[in-house]
Amino acid sequence: MNRLILLRQLHRQTQRHFICPNGPVVALHRFKSVRAFSTSLVRPAAAPQTATSSGVDTEGTTLKEPPVDPAVAAVIRERAEKPFRMAVVGSGPGGFYTAHRILKHLPHSTVDMFEALPVPHGLVRFGVAPDHPEVKNVMTTFDEVAASPNFTFIGNTRVGTYTTPDSPKADLEISDLYPHYDAILLAYGAHEDRLLGVSREQDLKGVMAARTFVGFYNGLPSEQDLDLALSQTETAIVIGQGNVALDVARILLTPLEELKKTDLTDKMVKVLEKSRVKHVHVIGRRGPLEVAFTSKELREMLQLPDTSFYMDKSLLDSEMELAGKSLERPRKRLMGLLEKGAKESKPDQPKSWTLKFLRSPLGFHGDDQGTLKSIDLGINRLEGEAGSRRAVATGDKESLDCGLAFRSIGYKSVGIHGIPFDNRKGVVSNEEGKVIDADKNIVPGMYVSGWLKHGPIGVIASTMAGAYETAHTIMNDWNGGAPMLNDQAKEIASVTPTLATPEEKDISQRSNPLLDLLRARGHKTVSYQDWKKIEQKEFDLGATVGKPREKLLTVEEMLKVLD
Amino acid sequence: SRHGSQPRPEPGTGCKVNFILRNGETATVEANVGESLLDLARAHDLDVEGACEASLACSTCHLVLDDESYNKLEEPSDEEYDMLDLAFGLTDTSRLGCQVLMTKELSGLTAKLPSATRNMYVDGAKPKHH
Repeated sequence: MNRLILLRQLHRQTQRHFICPNGPVVALHRFKSVRAFSTSLVRPAAAPQTATSSGVDTEGTTLKEPPVDPAVAAVIRERAEKPFRMAVVGSGPGGFYTAHRILKHLPHSTVDMFEALPVPHGLVRFGVAPDHPEVKNVMTTFDEVAASPNFTFIGNTRVGTYTTPDSPKADLEISDLYPHYDAILLAYGAHEDRLLGVSREQDLKGVMAARTFVGFYNGLPSEQDLDLALSQTETAIVIGQGNVALDVARILLTPLEELKKTDLTDKMVKVLEKSRVKHVHVIGRRGPLEVAFTSKELREMLQLPDTSFYMDKSLLDSEMELAGKSLERPRKRLMGLLEKGAKESKPDQPKSWTLKFLRSPLGFHGDDQGTLKSIDLGINRLEGEAGSRRAVATGDKESLDCGLAFRSIGYKSVGIHGIPFDNRKGVVSNEEGKVIDADKNIVPGMYVSGWLKHGPIGVIASTMAGAYETAHTIMNDWNGGAPMLNDQAKEIASVTPTLATPEEKDISQRSNPLLDLLRARGHKTVSYQDWKKIEQKEFDLGATVGKPREKLLTVEEMLKVLD
Repeated sequence: SRHGSQPRPEPGTGCKVNFILRNGETATVEANVGESLLDLARAHDLDVEGACEASLACSTCHLVLDDESYNKLEEPSDEEYDMLDLAFGLTDTSRLGCQVLMTKELSGLTAKLPSATRNMYVDGAKPKHH
């Protein structure tokens, strides 16, 4: 299409209409429905470029028709004539769902998505349990996003060196991205885990993070060196009572025949073949009403064949009585399921799992070979009102023999150089997805989605909701003239990406200075088409053994497919 | 506009569904018999997600039905309830759009798109509304 016509159309469109992502078309110049704009123009943030001087009081209340700061109006006009360019760091649900929204609702936007591994999708590939394949259907949406001609996947390319000492240097730093984009979305998730902070947690063989175990059985390349032996003990414990804790317990106790039909890695199948684990204790500080796992996952545990379920029923009864009518339906159903499960469970089956409440880890003990043999647990009681019960140590202790312990108390994000990071909360501080620094000043052009935004909790649907919120914030900012990267640049520092025409099939033909830079260094990037070749190889390998896919376990093997 | 959507019924012959959108407006459309509310919403490009592709593994197609229609339907399965329990803005007449199949008897059904976001704030701050 003639670029001049396109620009004129775009100009006319944005002059008169602003498409609010969640609502009707709004007349731009009259600001009749200021709702969609009001946040970016009148937010009481520190950035002086917003129109705080022209019709907004300090509480951020909007006046009926705030006059537009002429500088802001100029920015809005200028933006109408060029495409919005966004870089995304990370290719999990956080990054993909925000990109999805931007490409759908912001006309003529382009998205470049960077991923450290050759393969995309983050925890959808490496976190979701192998026996939950329906959850992975979200990849269909991700494939659709990637099919957009204005989307470029840049795999095998790490952006941002972690601030932890001795972290390997990334391929690009955040500052390398600045000149080429209007906004950067941080969506690289959480790759570390929280420690209990108790004795021998880090040196005993057999004590590990649930995250490490999950990464191992899901084929995460960095966890494939795990020296995992399930043959030395019959008893494993999991500390934490969320869905990840149940995933670990379920993978340990599900009949291997069932797991062999999933995309559980071949390496893990071999480990499970030698497993002697029969009993799993899932341990929590507080009581049944505070469990973080959900009904579906509990139901699956209760359906495990030849497996008894044990739990302190009297504690459940007393906690339910305390809660009384205050329980909402979801919690009531979950407790009902626990009660039913405990009542109907056949005792003394060959295998078992136990929900152990009111227990806090105090320290681990090992044998002469440095292998785990028991854990000391402090016994708690509960205090406080229903709905906000607190664990209080009684001073009593007990010891539990076990040869394996999985710490499932949460993943943890880490900062990268060049961005503000809240070490205490373990997230990038933000206001509805817009990055703010330690002094609560808005950092122009920087946004965050996914676990890096709101912490390592929730299911994919909640990550999606948060990612959509960030997209909404980004669009409001762009259309409302809020400051972004490169506003001051008289000329665009890099080549403006040519918007893809319908005829253009191979997007790699488009000029991208960062790709050129990487290529000049001899660095191999991986496109989405390349990923599809890797995926096809995994499908083909899986087909020979009756699995949906056989995951490749090293970066080298993945890249070899592309030779 | 999504892949695999069914041909639309001849105007006046389908089952009427009123979607109450998040901006307050109502979109009245016609469904084929046996068509799910999720497929129907997507066929008309309405803002209803179906992240897990109708496999009862998420709650993103959550809709709030009118009382009368809700009561006409069979009770949700345990699996559907398990997913509804995760939905934001859960009500007594909530259903998953992928599980509600339209019939002539249900014609006139109203389905409200619930509030879009379940804002997860680490420090428990209330989300700003705009």
